Amino acid sequence: MSTETMRERFTRVTAQALDSDERLAVVLADIGVDGFERAGAGQRHPMRVINVGIREQLMISVAGGLAQEGMRPVVHSYAPFLVERPFEQIKLDLGHQDVGALLVSTGASYDASLEGRTHQAPGDVALLGTLPGFAVHVPGHPDEVEELLRREFARAGRAYIRLSGEVNATARPVEQVTIVREGRPGDPLVLAVGPALDQVLSATADLSVAVAYLSTVRPFPAAEVRALASGSDVVIVEPYLEGTSTAPLAEALRDEPRRLLALGIPPIELRRYGTPEEHRRAYGLDAAGIRRSLDSFLAAA
Amino acid sequence: MAHTASAPLVQLGYEYLPGLLELLRSDAKHDPSAASTLDVHWVLYDRVLNVTPDTADDPERDRLLLSKGHGPASYYAVLAAKGFLSVDALASFGRFDSPLGHHPDGALIAGVEIASGSLGHGLPIAVGRALALRATGRRAPRVICVMGDGELAEGSNHEAIALAGRLGLDRLIAIVVNNFSATYGWPDGIDTRFASEGWTTASARASDHDALERAIEAAEPGRPHAVVALVDA
Repeated sequence: MSTETMRERFTRVTAQALDSDERLAVVLADIGVDGFERAGAGQRHPMRVINVGIREQLMISVAGGLAQEGMRPVVHSYAPFLVERPFEQIKLDLGHQDVGALLVSTGASYDASLEGRTHQAPGDVALLGTLPGFAVHVPGHPDEVEELLRREFARAGRAYIRLSGEVNATARPVEQVTIVREGRPGDPLVLAVGPALDQVLSATADLSVAVAYLSTVRPFPAAEVRALASGSDVVIVEPYLEGTSTAPLAEALRDEPRRLLALGIPPIELRRYGTPEEHRRAYGLDAAGIRRSLDSFLAAA
Repeated sequence: MAHTASAPLVQLGYEYLPGLLELLRSDAKHDPSAASTLDVHWVLYDRVLNVTPDTADDPERDRLLLSKGHGPASYYAVLAAKGFLSVDALASFGRFDSPLGHHPDGALIAGVEIASGSLGHGLPIAVGRALALRATGRRAPRVICVMGDGELAEGSNHEAIALAGRLGLDRLIAIVVNNFSATYGWPDGIDTRFASEGWTTASARASDHDALERAIEAAEPGRPHAVVALVDA
């Protein structure tokens, strides 16, 4: 287990990359500024570590302008302020202008359990899924974050990396679907996305199911999932809004009838504080909750 | 893929603009805003901007960002007069395969820097472009954003105005075409919105081309510059 959080890894790796890649620029809206200052990036690259103040629309538009001039902007904030508040800027000033940017959020789903709904955006992946050409990565380990960052720094497209306080014990390969636990022929396939994997492994330890891991959900890896599913029932566990990937999953498996179960955060106003673990349990995304849903789904087969 | 004219492009004078606008008459819905910007676009492309069809991709060119993308007829007419567009393209206005719609799309027209239509996006993007020019050490190009007094109501503009002033983005020029279309007006004046954030400001009637040119060129080192271009309501 890494001692660095995903966010600490993001800040360190990005600050280092600024030293070697002159195309790279970081755009912030007050949130995250301290980390880049501590890493010395602001002092070393005052023109490429840009803090616009608490102005999230401007944060995205500035990234669009930087990209139009050939730079590679990395934009970072809390998920609701990065994705939801300036959504039209993401749609138009990046997408419609047809320029690239790397958006990196912190505060996934219920990470900010104490802060309340204002600081939570479980719908972020679903929203970005409505936009053409956005890659969406949901890493489950700081090592995966670093690998994804290095790949995306070198690209020119639009991408989203969703950092989370929840971390799996082991890093897995990124941008592919990886079998974590083999099943027997015909066993249901459980797809675990990002930080949901360890809960899924715990929930299914004594079940006859196959478990596969993926952290890149847009574009949805349809061909890989189709190859692994091979006629079995399919379950997907996403640590964000439930049903976010149901449509591309169903589309990937349209060749024959089969049963699907999609677990995630239900679209409700929980109005509770406490810990992320308590939120996970309330949403039925802890190992016990996932097991209950699986038992019910498998019993109905 | 950006549109490029197949026929040789010509340069036409101001007196040809009414005829070019005639080709775009199907944009009747947006006529008043189209007329309001005709002089502004003409002065920019005829006197101010360091950009031609041949230098539309030159990193050292001036960048003109039309933020108030509604009523683009005058913009298209001036682009055609200056050879960025063919006259034939004007006649295709609004058709399925035309590069010219009721809001301009930079992906379809060479020399058009951004796609616009939704208000309040041009100036914030222009701030990003000015920051990029600063970060890459390009001091010559100017980033000029044409916006409207009605558009100024969008809050995103005020995020951009404040930051540009604080950071002293002196290659940035905002031109606010004032046809008094803002629903609740600007009782303290439009220029004060910029001046209080550290911009230099100037004002001119758009129909007085000499005065408008002087107002635009009155930008000073160290501060962004705003011009209020008065047109008839």
